[in-house]
Amino acid sequence: MDMETDQTYQIDVGNLLAFNPNHRFSSAPSSREELVKECVTEGTKLVQAIADTLFNLPSTETNDGPLVQLPPPSTKLPREKHLPRPKPPTKWEEFALKKGIQKRKKDKIVYDETTDKFKRRHGYDRVNDDNDIPIIEAKASDEPGEDPFAKRLDDKKKRVGKQEKNRLENLKSAAKAGALPSHVQLAVTGLPISGTKAQPKKIGKEALGDVAGLAATSTASGGKFDKKLPGEKPPKKQGKHHKYLPVVPRYGWVDEEKEQTNKVLGKLLSKHSHEILNVGKAINMYNDKKEKKKSGRSDKLKAKKDITKKKPYANKAN
Amino acid sequence: MMEIRTPKTHKAKRVLEKRAPKLVENGKRTLILHGTKTSATLSSVLMELYRLKKGGAIKYSRRNENIRPFESGGETSLEFFSQKTDCSIFAYGSHTKKRPDNLVLGRMYDHHVYDLIEVGIENFKSLLSFSYDKKIAPHEGSKPFICFTGEGFENVPELKQLKEVLTDLFRGEVVDNLNLTGLDRAYICSAVSPTKVFLTHCAIKLKKSGTIVPRIELVEVGPSMDLVIRRNRLPNEGLRKEAMKSSKDKPKKKVKNVDQDDVLGKRGRIFIPEQEVGKTPLPDKSKGVKRERREGKLKKKNKEEGSASKKHKKSE
Repeated sequence: MDMETDQTYQIDVGNLLAFNPNHRFSSAPSSREELVKECVTEGTKLVQAIADTLFNLPSTETNDGPLVQLPPPSTKLPREKHLPRPKPPTKWEEFALKKGIQKRKKDKIVYDETTDKFKRRHGYDRVNDDNDIPIIEAKASDEPGEDPFAKRLDDKKKRVGKQEKNRLENLKSAAKAGALPSHVQLAVTGLPISGTKAQPKKIGKEALGDVAGLAATSTASGGKFDKKLPGEKPPKKQGKHHKYLPVVPRYGWVDEEKEQTNKVLGKLLSKHSHEILNVGKAINMYNDKKEKKKSGRSDKLKAKKDITKKKPYANKAN
Repeated sequence: MMEIRTPKTHKAKRVLEKRAPKLVENGKRTLILHGTKTSATLSSVLMELYRLKKGGAIKYSRRNENIRPFESGGETSLEFFSQKTDCSIFAYGSHTKKRPDNLVLGRMYDHHVYDLIEVGIENFKSLLSFSYDKKIAPHEGSKPFICFTGEGFENVPELKQLKEVLTDLFRGEVVDNLNLTGLDRAYICSAVSPTKVFLTHCAIKLKKSGTIVPRIELVEVGPSMDLVIRRNRLPNEGLRKEAMKSSKDKPKKKVKNVDQDDVLGKRGRIFIPEQEVGKTPLPDKSKGVKRERREGKLKKKNKEEGSASKKHKKSE
């Protein structure tokens, strides 16, 4: 194809990209259509140049059409994420390196000597299953009264806990190096350090139900006629909450009802009962009550009866 | 107190692994959103950009008031969306009196803003206004040709950056194998002036020519617009170097005994082992071993065999 200058186009086949650095658009504005036409013709030339290289690459025939192996792109573009960082070796890996321990591939099926069969290493009906041991022989170091089966379970729990702790430590050091595996997240739980913001505690279902019940009892009818949301369970204890002490005391227990009344009496009849009783206040209350009774009038303001006014038909009875 | 949280389903695990940083990355996804106000042209531009990049783009329809890409605090929302949707290119459209029909194209590195370029859109022609034969309409998700014309793309730094951003935007997935029948679209970008770029989208018609290479004809199908450069922000050097790092740069094995010289070019050194003249084996010049004798013998043998076979034929 005829080119405007001696220099060729910059073609990047991997990206299907072509660049013509030498074309000069006329600074004098020709009409829009002409400009568009010019751009499209220049574009056609560039696409033709890429197609020239593309169709000459070795191709394989498939059902959909000729398949061509594209070379890697030559224009460098920035990555979207950082390069994956190398994981620091775990504690076991460091130890293995130091001691020269090689990894050995384990078989899925292992020969079991007790039953003379081939059993799987993990899973149902496995070799050396810890739960299947019928008899554990007593050793001289065993204490009497200690359950060896329970001890085994306990040991296993401890081992699993230790392993989990080690795993957490390994993940923490990986997170520090910025190389945490993509599917793992380390989340902070539990008490925060003073001065830092505490994580809002999530309330469970039961706790929420209890709180709702408490709020309901503060209504005038004790939450009896409250509209319940769909799925909300009925309140556990309806009506007034009374604690009735048992009339007949339980064997060996103190008589609670007796104790209750004795307590009150004791306070009243004690030597220092006057200190408990506010005598002044009691006198005032008594006097007030007396006065109210006398006057026959309540404290509330009432329209005073005018005794000078006569009743209209008062003397008709005569 | 720390807790290890792992996904409970395989699907969740696969999603997390897809989004993890890798040596060879997935294609960049585009996030298309708009600000407080958009004009008719701008909303159609965003819609058509989404249509062109279907399968590798996410379009948000609500307006976002607190996104200001060029201000220091206004990028937090963008970075959050980028993290949520795993998109590393975004196209943010807004329309103000000062900057009408404004489109900000930006890229992210590690979900933080890497670079930005702001363009104004003029003379926009929607893809609905182009009439063409529907048979040549490009298919969704096909790999496009990208063409740049004009010296501006090399000389003007803003246009250089725009060229890089447009390549990143239109490129799609990087593939090893390409089906030649699936090539049906091309983006043409021409630098008509140091501040203006004319962008158009064409469908490709392959016509028969005498050779394996078909003759290409372009038909304008898609949206066409003029991009006027407004503001831009380049990445700082350290960040750029880190982002351009690729895994293939590392294994640079030192080739021994070769060095580059500006005057003489590539020079190599050859080491010859010591010649022990006293111990070199002398040629065997005894009579029967000479080459001419051996060859002569062979020729004779072939002649005899040849005549023997002729006799055999004659007898038959």
